[in-house]
Amino acid sequence: MLNKADANQGQVDDTGKEFLVFTLGEQEYGIDILKVQEIRGYDSQSVTRIANVPSFIKGVTNLRGIIVPIVDMRIKFNLDSVEYNHQTVVVILNLASRVVGVVVDGVSDVLMLQPSQISAAPQFGTAFSTEYLTGIGTVGERMLILVDIEKLMTSSEMALVEQAVAA
Amino acid sequence: MSAGVDLSQFYETFFDEADELLADMEQTLLAVDVDRPDPDQLNAIFRAAHSIKGGAGTFGCFGHLADTTHLLENLLDSVRKGEMGLRKDMIDLFLETKDVLTEQVAAYRNSREPDQQAYERICSQLRELALEQGAAAAVQPAPAASSAPAVLAPAAAAPAVSASAPLDAGLPFHVSLSRIKPQDAQALLTEMGLLGEVLHQQQGPDALSVWLRSTATADDLEAVCCFIVNADQVSVTREAPPAEAVATSAQPPAASEPAATEAAPSTPPPQAEKPAPAGKAASTKESGTIRVGVEKVDQIINLVGELVITQAMLVQTSSTLDPVLHDRLLNGIEQLERNARDLQEAVMSIRMMPMDYVFSRFPRVVRESASKLGKQIRLTTHGQATELDKSLIERIIDPLTHLVRNSLDHGIESPQTRIAAGKDPEGHLVLSAQHSGGQIIIEVTDDGGGLNRERILKKAIQQGFPVNENTPDDELWQLIFAPGFSTAEKVTDISGRGVGMDVVRRNIQSMGGHIQLSSRAGQGTTTRIVLPLTLAILDGMSVQVGQEVFILPLTHVTESMQPTADQLHSISEGEHVLHVRGEYLPLVALHNVFDVKDAQTDITRAIAVILQAEESRFALLVDHLVGQQQVVVKNLESNYKKIPGISAATILGDGSVALIVDVFALLRMTRTRNAATLTVIGETSNVE
Repeated sequence: MLNKADANQGQVDDTGKEFLVFTLGEQEYGIDILKVQEIRGYDSQSVTRIANVPSFIKGVTNLRGIIVPIVDMRIKFNLDSVEYNHQTVVVILNLASRVVGVVVDGVSDVLMLQPSQISAAPQFGTAFSTEYLTGIGTVGERMLILVDIEKLMTSSEMALVEQAVAA
Repeated sequence: MSAGVDLSQFYETFFDEADELLADMEQTLLAVDVDRPDPDQLNAIFRAAHSIKGGAGTFGCFGHLADTTHLLENLLDSVRKGEMGLRKDMIDLFLETKDVLTEQVAAYRNSREPDQQAYERICSQLRELALEQGAAAAVQPAPAASSAPAVLAPAAAAPAVSASAPLDAGLPFHVSLSRIKPQDAQALLTEMGLLGEVLHQQQGPDALSVWLRSTATADDLEAVCCFIVNADQVSVTREAPPAEAVATSAQPPAASEPAATEAAPSTPPPQAEKPAPAGKAASTKESGTIRVGVEKVDQIINLVGELVITQAMLVQTSSTLDPVLHDRLLNGIEQLERNARDLQEAVMSIRMMPMDYVFSRFPRVVRESASKLGKQIRLTTHGQATELDKSLIERIIDPLTHLVRNSLDHGIESPQTRIAAGKDPEGHLVLSAQHSGGQIIIEVTDDGGGLNRERILKKAIQQGFPVNENTPDDELWQLIFAPGFSTAEKVTDISGRGVGMDVVRRNIQSMGGHIQLSSRAGQGTTTRIVLPLTLAILDGMSVQVGQEVFILPLTHVTESMQPTADQLHSISEGEHVLHVRGEYLPLVALHNVFDVKDAQTDITRAIAVILQAEESRFALLVDHLVGQQQVVVKNLESNYKKIPGISAATILGDGSVALIVDVFALLRMTRTRNAATLTVIGETSNVE
């Protein structure tokens, strides 16, 4: 496996991974496109609030008959401005048999990243704990923070999944 | 036979069928009258064993199953042919064999090897029984020896001895055919001749027995016969021809063959039409059902739920259109509404299963418990055809079994006690199910001693429950459902450990139902379970608080009212009770529990919905009542997790999500919050 990857690295681009790029405030983030089911506009009317939950859980919505929780990443990561406008979108993720919606400021791109374009995640004090980062992607002048969205969404921090030792 | 074909894909079907056949077999075994067995029933049992053996043999990898059923089949065959008298202990053995078979099927299903010990034990017991029967037959010389084959009665045409060792390859085949027409008999004989060497044959008016030495397998022989007659008319076993036949078999088979053929046409076809009804019944049963995975059905139900919501959305949108201009569109939408509703009903009915599925297991339970306890008990069931949602029917089995066992163990008295009390020594247990307005009522009634008030009271006081001599019966009976409460004098292995009734109640409540008990000393006890017909649809009352809509399960709603100032009593900071017709109800504000903004805070301008949960009642404060509607219940846990105070969610006509309030949880939440205050009120109301 390793040898093969090494051999391909120089010439072909089919070893790369595709990432969906979204923005939270000024920063661009990338998540594995295979986890993304669809992208929808955000409609606050269709989200039903849930009582007594962290504020970043906006509530639940009806996605063609499935009840899907909606998480606002901007609130979760304490972004300064949390606005809901026509650019605000919900990325519907399909994670290990669960469907979760994530509110972000906008979706900009789908990019193919080569292993050479990905460097290890630095220890920096952003919103995301390094635990959930897979690395930093570089595309020209742009820097993408690559997130292991599955790990993040199923973590106890997000309080989306019934934990074994739940209160 | 089936080389090259991957049979494993059919395993699941075989297991399902085997389970069904075994269940049928058990039912029939229990129904058989030992003294005068009905031939149809015996045949049915035999066929079930035979089909399982056939299936197990076809796959070739379920050796234990095939061997056990083979032994069972042989015995059953002799019984149905009347060579062996039926006894009660035989039925017991057959039932036990059925249990072993069920375990074997389960083991194979889970890709395990079945329990070797159980297999060996049951096989040796079956063999013993076969030997016993073989010995009996030897004492009685076979009638075949004295009579000419051609004039034999059909019953006597059967062989005398069944093989005591399974699948003894050294023995010739015995092909026995029943209810055949004479012209078919000739054709069958010709076919047999082609397959191997016919050692001996016996022909009756409508039966034919052929002993054949052949290299073909039993299944091949059966398959060949099936070209001419129905499968249920054929039975192929391996066994030695009758003693007299062995002697004649030395002669060329041709010698006996012409005799038989001559005899055949002269015999009138006695009951030529008889096989038809049996065959027809079997075939309609076969083609009348279709096996579908539950996920598929659930998927259809979900899709139909979607359709209904979309349709509701269309209705809502179209209601603003001018009826004159859009006449045809509106008609179409109306039509759609009707069709969608019919479709939903039809789809929901797929998940419905008759209560028979549950009730049918009780004759066995009653029979065994009764003999273990030395009681005489008669079981009657009513309303087996009453239908209930599959998920509920599976979950009702355990609680119901518990209740039945309780009745058997503690309810119905021993025959001596009953006679002493002037009652029929035979106790009577009744299981019934009936529909009543969107709910199903299941009752377990016994005519036993009833609940012992004195004993319960003593025990309750002992265990520190707040009861006294004046506590009414109903309240006292409820204690039976309290955790750790048992009045049984001795713990038996059937019941009486004091766990149970509380579990029963919890199970029933988790299904959205409730349980009631009524009892009269000396006359018996009735336990009544009330359940919703389905968990997929709920009758709800939608209420509005602020801008949010919540659904209250209608089964818990008793009434709603606008509280007046003089009905309200403040008991502490922000806590109120509502005084309704002499009863003080704790007042729970929904907007407090779910932290809703912009809700009506002036209690006298809000609406109090009085809810009944378990045995307590409380008033829930909401802003408005929106209306009653049936809602499709959607699970929250599949993509999210349990929300405190919420049981599930649903999708409203406008496509938005509404949360369904969990009334029990709401009660518990408020109880913990105002535990102190509630006790105070409880005491005050007792004084009144």
